[in-house]
Amino acid sequence: MTTTPSRPAVEIRDLHKSFGPLKVLKGIDFEVGQGEVVCVIGPSGSGKSTLLRCVDLLEEPTAGKIWVNGVEMTDPDVEIDAVRRGIGMVFQSFNLFPHLTVLNNLTIAQRRVLRRGRAEAERIARANLERVGLTDKADAFPAQLSGGQQQRAAIARSLSMEPKLMLFDEPTSALDPELVGDVLTVMRKLAEDGMTMMVVTHEMAFARDVADRVVFMDGGVVVEQGPPQEVLGAPKHDRTRAFLSRVLDPTHVAQLGGPDQSPGAPD
Amino acid sequence: MKLRRRQRERLSLGLQYLVFIAIIATVLVAADWDRLADAFFRVDIIKSMFPTIITVALRNTILYTLGAFAFGLVFGTILALMRLSRVAPYRWVATAYIELFRGLPALLVLFLVGYGIPIAFPEREIPGGVFGSIAIGLGLTAAAYMAETIRAGIQAVPKGQMEAARTLGMSHFTAMRTIVIPQAFRIVIPPLTNELILLTKDSSLAYVLGVTAQTIEITKFGRDMLNDRVNATPLLVAGLAYLVITLPLSQVVRRLELRYAKAR
Repeated sequence: MTTTPSRPAVEIRDLHKSFGPLKVLKGIDFEVGQGEVVCVIGPSGSGKSTLLRCVDLLEEPTAGKIWVNGVEMTDPDVEIDAVRRGIGMVFQSFNLFPHLTVLNNLTIAQRRVLRRGRAEAERIARANLERVGLTDKADAFPAQLSGGQQQRAAIARSLSMEPKLMLFDEPTSALDPELVGDVLTVMRKLAEDGMTMMVVTHEMAFARDVADRVVFMDGGVVVEQGPPQEVLGAPKHDRTRAFLSRVLDPTHVAQLGGPDQSPGAPD
Repeated sequence: MKLRRRQRERLSLGLQYLVFIAIIATVLVAADWDRLADAFFRVDIIKSMFPTIITVALRNTILYTLGAFAFGLVFGTILALMRLSRVAPYRWVATAYIELFRGLPALLVLFLVGYGIPIAFPEREIPGGVFGSIAIGLGLTAAAYMAETIRAGIQAVPKGQMEAARTLGMSHFTAMRTIVIPQAFRIVIPPLTNELILLTKDSSLAYVLGVTAQTIEITKFGRDMLNDRVNATPLLVAGLAYLVITLPLSQVVRRLELRYAKAR
């Protein structure tokens, strides 16, 4: 379904990342097309979160090149603050600003970074709160919201900056199971609206239903990628099969043993 | 006789009360109250201290304290940011300053500021006269303590806060100023209150700068009266005057913390 006008949204060439002696990414080549929704799956420690964080330069790559919307992120002279305006990031732990109301969480960067006036920033903030179903929480503080509400507010905060690309770092992993659905619904709607998305997730159902492409990572490399029905339905590699059977059928972990206990990178 | 658990607890608590009451009673009975009152609580002397102790001494103590605290807070914040800086010389300078000024007695620093600066810069004056000298003299020491407190506060703000702010396109400076530092200050309100209370009492060091009738503060005022009347009553009153400042302060801060608890 994805056509690629001009450059891809994300382009990664031979990316390496080490934390001290620990090699987390060992040569990643990877692309996300404009309007494409890519889900990155893999066991913990596989480097998928590190990959995502490299795209936004929250981690400095050890080697390799990254372009986002045609701008080279790995150029030492890149105007990082300017490029990041076009990239939304959603964290596993929400990272809402606890000292600000939900509304101010959504307006502060609009006002400080985009120099929007208060009225305009609040109008855009309220529109995005409506988009994630939190109209009535504008004046609440983050601590007064449930985890699911906090994550939706965090998504709305990113959307208020009108990014071209949204990065999701295990957005539902810190949530109680019954709150996961609300967040995934918001993300699904976002995908249907044509947002370019790169999602690191353990939600296989979401990957199957929403992703245009699924990427399976293990041990710091991309093991296989393709349409969800292929990667999730008929995986070619043993490692993918082992991972999927453990995720989809967790009570049988013991029989499979742990083939991929690669030591934990920050995930 | 075997006691049940609750009986034993009640008995033990009763004994503790008894000992406590016995000690208080002994002190109350044994002390010579008349002589004590004569030395520390002469009503005529108390009366003669008013209203000057409030209108001049208490007022000056508050002014000196606030001046030193404001100076220390601003300078301490700068030092804290320097200690956390990526630029190594900033870190060295801040660390050296903090180690030095935490180690020196406040009295000595105040003396150096009060007499050293006028000698070094004879053409210039410290703005604000005695008030300025005290604000800077005590503030320099307070800044060293506050810098470490504020640094700890900044480091206690989760890393994700800075990351989230940066991913929204904020510069490091803007993120610090609007996201990290406001949260850090909420965290360090209790230790900073401590510093403010310590400064209230340190303001009594103002005497080394030679205060006049207009610039006198509580302790000097009490001591002058003590010499004047050859009676310790002024010291008691001076002590109570400090409590007039510090007790409401603790209340205000408690309120402040409760208000911020919601926004944490």
